[in-house]
Amino acid sequence: MDDVRSQEEVVAVLKKTLESQNLPHLLFYGPPGTGKTSTILALAKELYGPDIIQSRVLELNASDERGIDIIRAKVKNFAKSTVSSSSRPSTLLSSSRLAPQLHTQFHAAPPPYKIIILDEADSMTTDAQSALRRTMETYSRSTRFCLICNYVSRVIEPLASRCAKFRFRPLAMSAATARLEYICAEEGVNVGAGTVETLVRLADGDMRRSIMLLQSAHRLHMGNEITVEHICEIAGVVPEAVIESLLAAWTSGSVSQIEAAVASVVRQGYSATQILDQLQDRILADAHLTSKQKANIALSVAKMDKSLVDGADEQLQLLQLMVTAY
Amino acid sequence: MVLWVDKHRPRQLDALDHLPALSRQLTTLAANADFPHLLVYGPSGAGKKTRIVALLREIYGPGVEKLRIDVRQFSTPSNTKKEISVVTSNYHMEMTPGDVGVHDRLIVTDLIKEIAQTHQVDSNARRAFKIVVLNEADGLSRDAQSALRRTMEKYMSSLRIVLCAESTAKIIAPIRSRCLLVRVAAPEVPEIRSVILKVCKKEGLQIPDNFATRLAEAADGNLRKAILMLEASRIQQYPFTDDQKIFKSDWEIVIDEIAQSIISEQSPARLLAVRGTLYELLSHCIPADVVIKRLALELVRNLEDNDGFGVKRTVLQAAAQYEHRLRLGNKAIFHLEAFVARFMTVYKGYLIDCGMG
Ligand SMILES: Nc1ncnc2c1ncn2[C@@H]1O[C@H](COP(=O)(O)OP(=O)(O)OP(=O)(O)O)[C@@H](O)[C@H]1O
Ligand SMILES: [Mg+2]
Repeated sequence: MDDVRSQEEVVAVLKKTLESQNLPHLLFYGPPGTGKTSTILALAKELYGPDIIQSRVLELNASDERGIDIIRAKVKNFAKSTVSSSSRPSTLLSSSRLAPQLHTQFHAAPPPYKIIILDEADSMTTDAQSALRRTMETYSRSTRFCLICNYVSRVIEPLASRCAKFRFRPLAMSAATARLEYICAEEGVNVGAGTVETLVRLADGDMRRSIMLLQSAHRLHMGNEITVEHICEIAGVVPEAVIESLLAAWTSGSVSQIEAAVASVVRQGYSATQILDQLQDRILADAHLTSKQKANIALSVAKMDKSLVDGADEQLQLLQLMVTAY
Repeated sequence: MVLWVDKHRPRQLDALDHLPALSRQLTTLAANADFPHLLVYGPSGAGKKTRIVALLREIYGPGVEKLRIDVRQFSTPSNTKKEISVVTSNYHMEMTPGDVGVHDRLIVTDLIKEIAQTHQVDSNARRAFKIVVLNEADGLSRDAQSALRRTMEKYMSSLRIVLCAESTAKIIAPIRSRCLLVRVAAPEVPEIRSVILKVCKKEGLQIPDNFATRLAEAADGNLRKAILMLEASRIQQYPFTDDQKIFKSDWEIVIDEIAQSIISEQSPARLLAVRGTLYELLSHCIPADVVIKRLALELVRNLEDNDGFGVKRTVLQAAAQYEHRLRLGNKAIFHLEAFVARFMTVYKGYLIDCGMG
């Protein structure tokens, strides 16, 4: 768990809890790529060591069937099964990238309870969550639950209140920067000036995203220096020149110019949500607009964002934004 | 008979005419022992699929072109049997989860996990992982996308996912952050033109310059459309002439006629007539969003510039609004008709103001 960055409070409290050998039910929540899954897997490894982890830890995520009956049956079977001493290599943890350095410290006598990880719990139906309350209580002597989600508001209150809550924050700039620099050094990645800052800024606290971007750029530009432009391209950032052309058409007030500019960005495949994001930034920074104008534009932008998520056509949405506001 | 679009589809990355820099990057990527999950996105007809197929070949060699179609079965929670056809080679699988509608989550939880858990059958395979290509990934339900999240992490040793989508707007952030995003821009007119010339050369056809350019312009950045139009023109009239008419599909002609007819008359009788035509379009499986988009753009194009910002603006706003509603509702005709009625009201009002109505 020492490898988990920027979540000092979480890690400190968890470590304390481990010492006491009495783990409460846990609820981890926070945005993607902030270390929730990694932390619980590291914790499990620390508790049980690599050998018995398979028989002590059950991971159920959104790709598993989690209807009411199924979850009851699975939990029941797992909670009841006696501890086997199988030492098969754990497939469960094969994806725990933080794990390798941890199992040096695991307890000689592993704790007397098992852990059930319900990852991506916010995608469970409310019915299944309600049913889980009883199950949690029934097996509370022998099992601990760890619920993980992005949106804590999607976990029903009675369930949430049974758990110790841990909020994972978007990674702090400095921590993310340090981590990326560490990875660059370890992997021999050649990064240009400003690249790491750009990565951190674009990922907005999502560590997975910044590492993914770094790795992809590294693969694509084998050995060469990775520049800010490389990162922007694979992150889907719309080049400034394209944004400029849209703004120019927008202010021209001519429908045919707007139509041409929108058709061109849509053909280039840039995502409308990304364009919206960048336009919004530009507008907020524009000193020529009054607060009222900005507020109106922000309203249109919000509406459009909702429509896009509903699957509305990108070209039509951009067109209507540009003929409406400004 | 094989359509030219399929016959002349380039099979290798270095044979792709369009976006050479992207092709080089993908070649580098394929040469690596490791490989990320991909999200390939871009407008329709930009060549996403061709590029994915070429990439697969680059990774696994020509063996990946030996395809068969498997029909896979799975059962829903209410125990009805469902089927999906899967295009399969020894190394990869390709499917369109949208084929099974609301059950697409089961494709992920049953099928893809099963694929991930079975190992590469061919021991000579160049990679230990298999690739699953998911078409129309932006149509995946949220449940299905959630189910993909951990699957993409847990089975990194045996599975890579390639998502193919027109837009990234409907792909949830946790999935996007697990993929390398690959944008495939639509080709510009000169590129389309050179593809047209190439196809003509292979087919042994003479094509006048002007006609090739006009075809390229009419294709709207869509290579598939360009080649289909070329083939249709060949059937219509050969030898080609410089001023040959550009082939339009029937449905395009019908929509353009609707635009004309509501610009020339705004009345309940005309609305009723248009309703019949709209019904007919829908019954010929022309998607309602395609209808509303083409109609709106055609209206804007046909209104005179001095018709003012007002009418055009309302047309575009209304099109966006009704197109959005039609995604949420389930009776497309209501929204199409509402759009036409709205146009008629606004345009009539405008004409009266100008003293022309
Ligand atoms: N706090 C952190 N410190 C160091 N690395 C981190 C941290 N958070 C995330 N990472 C990196 O990001 C990767 C993904 O993290 P993880 O799977 O734990 O995210 P998550 O919070 O479960 O995200 P999601 O909500 O999308 O499931 C990790 O493998 C690790 O490389
Ligand atoms: Mg996770």
